[in-house]
Amino acid sequence: MEHKNYNAINKSVRKKDAMQLLLGKPVYTKDIAPENALVVKLLRSPHANAIVNTIDTKVAKLVPGVVDIFTWEDVPDNRFTNAGQTYPEPSPYDRLIIDRHVRFVGDVVAIVAAENEKAAKKALSLIKVSYDVLEAVLDFRKAKDSNILVHPEDNWVAPIDVGGSNKRNLVASEQSEHGDVDGVLADCDIVIDRTYHTKAFNQAMMETFRTYTSYDRYGRLHVISSTQIVFHVRRILSHALGIPKNMIRVEKPRIGGGFGAKQTAVSEVYPAFVTMKTGRPAMIVFTREESQIAGSPRHEMEVRVKLGANKNGKIRVLDLYTLSNSGAYGEHGPTTVGLSGHKSIPMYTGSLEAHRFNYDVVYTNTMAAGAYRGYGATQGIFALESAVNELAENLNMDPTVIREMNMLKEGMVMPAYYNEIASACALDKCLAHCKEMFDWDKKYPVRDMGNGKVRCAGIGMAMQGSCISNLDVGSATVKLNDDGTYTLMIGAADMGTGCDTILAQMVAECMDCSVDDVTVFGADTDASPYDSGSYASSTTYITGKAVEKACTDLKKRMCSIAAGLMDCNEDEVIFDEGKLRRINTEQSVTITDVGNKSQLNNDIVPQASASHSSPVSPPPYMVGMVEIELDKLTGEVTVLDYMAVVDCGIPINPALARIQAEGGIVQGIGHTLFENITNDSKGRPIESSLMQYRLPTRLDMGNLKVEFEHSYEPTGPFGAKSIGEIVINTPAPALAHAIYRATGVWHRELPITPEQIALGK
Amino acid sequence: MDITLTLNGKKITDQIDPDLTLFDFLRSHNCFSVKCGCETSNCGLCTVFFDDTPVLSCSVLAARASGHKITTLEGLQDEAKEFVGFIADQGADQCGFCNPGFVMNTIALLRENPDPTDDEIRQYLSGNLCRCSGYEGQLRGIRSFLDSRKNK
Repeated sequence: MEHKNYNAINKSVRKKDAMQLLLGKPVYTKDIAPENALVVKLLRSPHANAIVNTIDTKVAKLVPGVVDIFTWEDVPDNRFTNAGQTYPEPSPYDRLIIDRHVRFVGDVVAIVAAENEKAAKKALSLIKVSYDVLEAVLDFRKAKDSNILVHPEDNWVAPIDVGGSNKRNLVASEQSEHGDVDGVLADCDIVIDRTYHTKAFNQAMMETFRTYTSYDRYGRLHVISSTQIVFHVRRILSHALGIPKNMIRVEKPRIGGGFGAKQTAVSEVYPAFVTMKTGRPAMIVFTREESQIAGSPRHEMEVRVKLGANKNGKIRVLDLYTLSNSGAYGEHGPTTVGLSGHKSIPMYTGSLEAHRFNYDVVYTNTMAAGAYRGYGATQGIFALESAVNELAENLNMDPTVIREMNMLKEGMVMPAYYNEIASACALDKCLAHCKEMFDWDKKYPVRDMGNGKVRCAGIGMAMQGSCISNLDVGSATVKLNDDGTYTLMIGAADMGTGCDTILAQMVAECMDCSVDDVTVFGADTDASPYDSGSYASSTTYITGKAVEKACTDLKKRMCSIAAGLMDCNEDEVIFDEGKLRRINTEQSVTITDVGNKSQLNNDIVPQASASHSSPVSPPPYMVGMVEIELDKLTGEVTVLDYMAVVDCGIPINPALARIQAEGGIVQGIGHTLFENITNDSKGRPIESSLMQYRLPTRLDMGNLKVEFEHSYEPTGPFGAKSIGEIVINTPAPALAHAIYRATGVWHRELPITPEQIALGK
Repeated sequence: MDITLTLNGKKITDQIDPDLTLFDFLRSHNCFSVKCGCETSNCGLCTVFFDDTPVLSCSVLAARASGHKITTLEGLQDEAKEFVGFIADQGADQCGFCNPGFVMNTIALLRENPDPTDDEIRQYLSGNLCRCSGYEGQLRGIRSFLDSRKNK
């Protein structure tokens, strides 16, 4: 699709903070926290399920430098959720700051506050705890209706009925069906019935969880945290600590990556509690080990797919059942699971006659899961796209052809996606484009290299959403300064993605100015307009639209001020090439004139705020293709080329959109081939460091090539949808497919390691 | 114990605990560019120059630096400015947390090998993890810096 020429959007401008970051300036939470902050450390449970019988902190408190130690006896008894979600949260209120009942290896037993790290660590080693160790439920397949209850307590609360019950280890459950699923399945020529398993992968953002807290000059709790969700953190802290929201201020500085991990208030409550109790500034920095074993990773899921098709490759029916492991607490449990069906099944709207999607989300005595880029869609898409590849190989059909036959096309109504219309969908163009760029017809056949190695290719398609429809709120305040520049104030959180910059580009486009003339401020609950936060692929689409609306309002206000200067009616004033001109005349004033006038005998505020929500969540689409070389003896997989084409509507900043896609693909390669999360028989996590949790390096990803197909989403800013999450979804099915092509074995569990390939099972 | 070293060109003397890591020492001397990502020598974020060799400061004792020259990104701003704009043009800075270690090691690479191939760049920087960018944009940035230097 052709777009008009824009002044500031669809341009690859540098991120506003780029040079500060690249030159190592002190811009992160730990860099700006004062040195005198108390060091906060957590004593963590060595048991997966236990009751703290006695806890003795007397000796530990004698360590010089230790200021105080808090246990379950010191904290409020009101349960809350750490999930960063709009109130009332779908996630159950199942946490205490410290619970006497510890529910996973790593659960918090005590909070230590000390003058320095050495004293805090020493104190940790001197706290004496005796536990009544209970049998744990570690296998999520055995959790539902187990006689071992992860949350037996009576004050467990579900703010919204999502089909959960703590007396059944059930966080949530749902059944939904469209059409006669069993009837169509019975009538199909072929039914692929397979189960796929994905693990609780860690986001492993380079900056671990961390928070600084102090009392401000008004005696309010001031929180500086590495978070994606300043407003949700304020509410969560208010709830957990039992203090009013207006007594809390939360701001985020630069963030060293989030990927959803920081959509849960993992670290905030501990220093906040210490500051409340001691009156002193406090800081917690999670070690990498803590981030690995007590973070907020992806939900482990098992997805059973029943796919019914005709011999000619027409996919007629899909029946998905997802079992999701929420771990010891329910954060994001009821919501992530939905995407495993809602953001996979609609891709086959083109031919589907019926579909069913049921799920259960269970508690186990393992690390609590949370939000991770893709948010359930990643798991569902691995399953469904693998099943479609299995169908193609079964029917001896080219898997790109089978997709062309069945895929969603623009204008279709999607019964599996809340009956939304695919108003902007270039999925078909993405496939055609990727096929040509990748040279699919040449690379798809298995090529024996004659040295024990084979080369072959695999494919995966993906979709995601752009916001949570009818729920997310994005807001923007734009104000004119007296020098003719603008300040954009937002509550969305740039976690490295560049949203400060792309939203500034939108201001520059609307106000017809340079991106350099837009300063961005955020996010701070005291000053930013309310924004749900940066998650659910919502910032470009939702906050972007709020920026557009605010700019429209600000222009009107500026025209009013200019009208006063030119002594005419405001409807006679127009924006014209960086000036405000009286229509049909040569009379004009500059933006700076208006800025100056706004500060002299003026009663029109040169500032506008707008909020935005959307009744729809338009999906972006993507096709990814991978070529690998596989060593048949060792099982080693070398990624040669990964090529992908994305339809995100219009990329507001093509360079940043491309980096999002490349980064997402490499993360996807990571969880498909290297990253693993396992526990021993007692529930103790194995991959507790980056030595064991193997992140992809620059030697592991081959050559990446990402291109875009444009569509125009009428409800998005300038036709834009989203990019942040979808990009992680294609590597798992594409790589599993290529590995099957090389070995003849389908691997239905991630990661697919050389060992598993060599063992051929 | 007392140590004397040259930090970013300035001679300093300090009293330290023998078990203090060079990483903690540097941050306590306001070298905030030095970041910690893993504590197990796996991520490359804490890379600094020990004399002129890149080392992981989380795995070096501060005591070892006595009598030596330590350089962090704070001391190499001009050399870094020459090429980091090319990374910024790719948008490959992203969250930025890995940037200082990556920039330090790239400076070390280009001092050792002023005209590296793509594979040499990947190999040399393979210990510098980045979770955001997917690495390809960083490579494009370094490549376009090298190209622009050749065309000068």
